[in-house]
Amino acid sequence: MISRGERVANYVILSAFAAFALFPIVTILSAALGPADSGGTAGLGNFAAAWEIGHFGTYLRSSLLVSAFVVVVSVILSIMSGYAFGTMRFRGQSALFYLFLVGIMMPSEAIAVPLYFDLRTLGLIDTFWSVTLPQVALSVAFGTFWMRAYFRASNRAIVEAARIDGASSWRILWRVLLPPARPAVVTLTLLVFMWTWNEFLIPLIMVTSESLRTAPLGLAFFQGQYTSGFTLLAAGSVIVATPVVVFYLFLQRHFVRGLLQGAVRE
Amino acid sequence: MTQRTGAARPPGEPRRVAYLYLLPAFLIYAAFLLYPIGRAVHLSFFDWDGLSLGRWAGLDNYVALVADEGLRAAFGHALVLIVFYAVVPLAIGLALAAILHHAKVRGLGFFRTVVFLPQVIAMVVVAVAWRRIYAPDGTLNSLLGALGLDSLTRGWLGDHTFALPAVGVVGTWFETGLVTVLLLAGMSRIPVELYEAARLDGAGAVKEFFAVTLPSVRGEIAVALTLTVIAALRTFDLVYVTTRGGPGDSTSVPSYEVYHRAFGLSQVGSAAAIGVTLTVVIFAISFGINRFADRGAT
Repeated sequence: MISRGERVANYVILSAFAAFALFPIVTILSAALGPADSGGTAGLGNFAAAWEIGHFGTYLRSSLLVSAFVVVVSVILSIMSGYAFGTMRFRGQSALFYLFLVGIMMPSEAIAVPLYFDLRTLGLIDTFWSVTLPQVALSVAFGTFWMRAYFRASNRAIVEAARIDGASSWRILWRVLLPPARPAVVTLTLLVFMWTWNEFLIPLIMVTSESLRTAPLGLAFFQGQYTSGFTLLAAGSVIVATPVVVFYLFLQRHFVRGLLQGAVRE
Repeated sequence: MTQRTGAARPPGEPRRVAYLYLLPAFLIYAAFLLYPIGRAVHLSFFDWDGLSLGRWAGLDNYVALVADEGLRAAFGHALVLIVFYAVVPLAIGLALAAILHHAKVRGLGFFRTVVFLPQVIAMVVVAVAWRRIYAPDGTLNSLLGALGLDSLTRGWLGDHTFALPAVGVVGTWFETGLVTVLLLAGMSRIPVELYEAARLDGAGAVKEFFAVTLPSVRGEIAVALTLTVIAALRTFDLVYVTTRGGPGDSTSVPSYEVYHRAFGLSQVGSAAAIGVTLTVVIFAISFGINRFADRGAT
């Protein structure tokens, strides 16, 4: 049994720690809702001002396009490659799988530098493809690992039954295996979305024109240029962080599961 | 991932169609990840400014990692960050999780939501927030002033001594929640009988922690260390936004040096060598941590 004193102490420690975790977030939120830098408009007007002055409308649009492309392409490709690794046997299987595992831990800074110079030679720098395709490659490494683990654990009997019924492997994947895989796919989708939305280094290196700037990149530039106060910067920060935070608040279990289990290698 | 034999064999019959399913993912992966790694290794043997013709440099760029004081400093700073990103969060996380695991406090769900939140916020946003906290007229100095500790106030990120620890504390801030949630999940899987047995043996709370709790979460500790050490070694966004490696080079870290040398100093070969070394270090550390955890478990 726990004494009352101990219980109080536990709550004090917990509250102190929760306060520490929330402190920077509260700092940003209160500044974003506080008086404007010019002393004029305040509150929600700050977000409109940041949207205009900081061009966050444009940045959000490119972030949305980039994220949508990376998420859709990497999730579909990961489902297919995870299916091959998880349910089929073929020559070179383990060697190929190890090759994909390499990408999970790969620091993007190691590949971004050579990629920049090669893509420049090809005239592909500062394009949609130079921002998205390297991120697809990084995401597909994790996605393959993630979906393979799911398909390996999936119910074999249903697959055998479908095969005896004459269903093609393509049909088995999309009609038989995928519907029950929804939770695994949702987790993967959310993680890839978060990683892509928050990615900074790849857009920083690959993008020069403002129309392709993603939200975190735009925020970093805005911070460098805008020096007349903190309110608009805080409002811009809230705009950049909100999409992922909203997903997290509603689908928290997927984020926690994905980020914690994703690291657990077999 | 060993191939088991007999009935437990990896499911499915030999199928060549597997290659077709792998092909699209593999093409993009090979072109945008595997090939660039090879190119990084290749470039690391050259002295190249990114424009003119490169000059073969052999191992010079790697020798510089040891010989060049600035680069040695960058890797040294990464070690300091590992303390802040991995060691401190692990210590706090173990204490918090042990308390929470025993106490059956209410509001645990809310607590978990809050402490995990820093993980999903873009690092640029985190950096903007902490820049504000550390600014000369920022939140931290106001707090110190309110406590009557004006003598301690300073521009934290502009201070040669305090800039690196200040960046490190941000790492402690966003990794501790992750480690705590991970350890909590591990502790919730410990069978109650183990604790009952320990109590019958007359173990106190502290002894119980070291005899039962700690060995049972060895796997979670390994995962926590792998994640946080890699995060420490890959610190880039945070340094880019808060200090750009300064003041002087007091917060320069390997990831930032990769970027800085390639695009600021036009030393592409050196940048590639740092990137390759960083990759090797990351692989070695995560392999080492997991080996250590596996060996202890058997």
